[in-house]
Amino acid sequence: MAGGETEAGAGGQAAAPIEASRAAEESARRSYGKLIAFLSARTRDVAGAEDALSEALAAALTEWPAHGVPRSPDAWLLTVARRRLVDAARRRRRDEAASQFLQHLAELADDDDDEPVIPDRRLGLLFACAHPAIERGVRAPLMLQVVLGFDAATIASAFLVAPATMGQRLSRAKSKIRQAGIGFEVPGASDLEGRLDTVLDAIYAAYSEGWSDPEGADARRRNLAEEAIWLGRLLASLLPNDGEVLGLLSLMLHASARREARRSPGGDYVPLEQQDPMRWDTAMIDEAEALLSRASACSRHGRFQLEAAVQSAHAVRRRSGEADWPAIERLYDALCVLTGSPVAALNRAVALARTRGPAEGLAALDELAGDGRLADYQPYWAARAHLLASSGCTGAALDAYQQAIGLERDPAVRHFLQQRAAALSHVPGSN
Amino acid sequence: MEYLLLLYADESQFEKLSPAQTDEAIGAYRAYTEALQKSGTLRGRNRLRPTQTATTVRVKSGKTEVLNGPYAETREELGGYYLIDVPDLDAALSWAARCPGASHGVVEVRPVWPMGQP
Repeated sequence: MAGGETEAGAGGQAAAPIEASRAAEESARRSYGKLIAFLSARTRDVAGAEDALSEALAAALTEWPAHGVPRSPDAWLLTVARRRLVDAARRRRRDEAASQFLQHLAELADDDDDEPVIPDRRLGLLFACAHPAIERGVRAPLMLQVVLGFDAATIASAFLVAPATMGQRLSRAKSKIRQAGIGFEVPGASDLEGRLDTVLDAIYAAYSEGWSDPEGADARRRNLAEEAIWLGRLLASLLPNDGEVLGLLSLMLHASARREARRSPGGDYVPLEQQDPMRWDTAMIDEAEALLSRASACSRHGRFQLEAAVQSAHAVRRRSGEADWPAIERLYDALCVLTGSPVAALNRAVALARTRGPAEGLAALDELAGDGRLADYQPYWAARAHLLASSGCTGAALDAYQQAIGLERDPAVRHFLQQRAAALSHVPGSN
Repeated sequence: MEYLLLLYADESQFEKLSPAQTDEAIGAYRAYTEALQKSGTLRGRNRLRPTQTATTVRVKSGKTEVLNGPYAETREELGGYYLIDVPDLDAALSWAARCPGASHGVVEVRPVWPMGQP
């Protein structure tokens, strides 16, 4: 999928408008990041490259239906976009020193050698987007925009940020790339790990935001999870021997394999443990498993590989009927040590409750009670409610359910939690 | 910073709910309100009686005009509000998304403009 070049139609003859616009869309989807990376690698002017490419795409929509889809749509788009860049540079001439302008023109002309193969600088672009100098929260949105071409409004909705704010953050980040001279180079071996981790974090953030719409009601949002997987595949094709790159892709595929099973046919939320494994996507799980075993043969191991292994331990329920809870507990132990994340600690407590009983799980949750990062985190309260209920502490369980219900965004999950709480308060002899 | 969350919803939808669904909806709002209280962000809240109880007043060329009904007839009507105090707009939007009103209607988020501030 990643970087897969397909022959897009025969050139030279007029195409139906629908066919032409589909070819333009396809080309944009497949090559957007590649073209942006190439157009901005030297100037680092990502915003300028975006403007030029969007003008080229607009031109394609009028030209292609009339004159046919060119044999190499990407090269056509690149040529037109580059011309737009030169025009824009000419317009800016008055604002810049003449020497700078001439140098810029020379650079653009330098590119103009009609080479049929566009060098793939997307990896460098991904590293630029997730550069430590770029504010952490904007790295994933920036990738979605400059590598995949999502507009600011769509990204804003997914990340629950005002569209105007998102627009400002994105353009600030692009200015930063340009003004701070953030390069599109792939870091050398000594820096690679740390820099790569910020890229992986950003891809996973994009995936998680897409995933927070499990209903799949929002087509654009579902797209986001799929696009994050696409980025993961792209990265895995560019860095096929990195354990964490493979681990992240495996993790995302494992989670996506269960998308359908997260809802009953009636639209109700189904928690992982009650999902019917028959409704999991077998092919996707197999691919995730294969990636994970490839990852384990790599030298680098980290957070994503561990998290993918957790998902794998859940997936064994397909065959054995039971998730491998002892393995899950050990994996979360390792994740806690590695990341110190309160969410890992929360999941570890849930696993402990399975392997050693609810009392042990609750004791582990109590240790987290003072962590401010979990105070407004719904899964903490839902887990607490569940374990309190299993321990017979009905009153405290109902309070925790109440808190979980109040913090939930997804109406289906809210309904599920309310049903659980209602069932608890109707247990004879409770309270 | 204070933000007012204005809850708009189609009133007629509430009349169609079964008693159990109504209880669940009320329970969801109660839980949301408590979560806001516990996090220390809640400054005020209330619901409004349906728009058929609204009366509109205006003074035009020195003459008063009193009309039955809300100012604007829309499918989704203002039905209540929360006043919250949070660090920034991102936090306000995050609370707005958790509001049960966001799942069956629309929540408009408006920053409060304190008196005396330019």
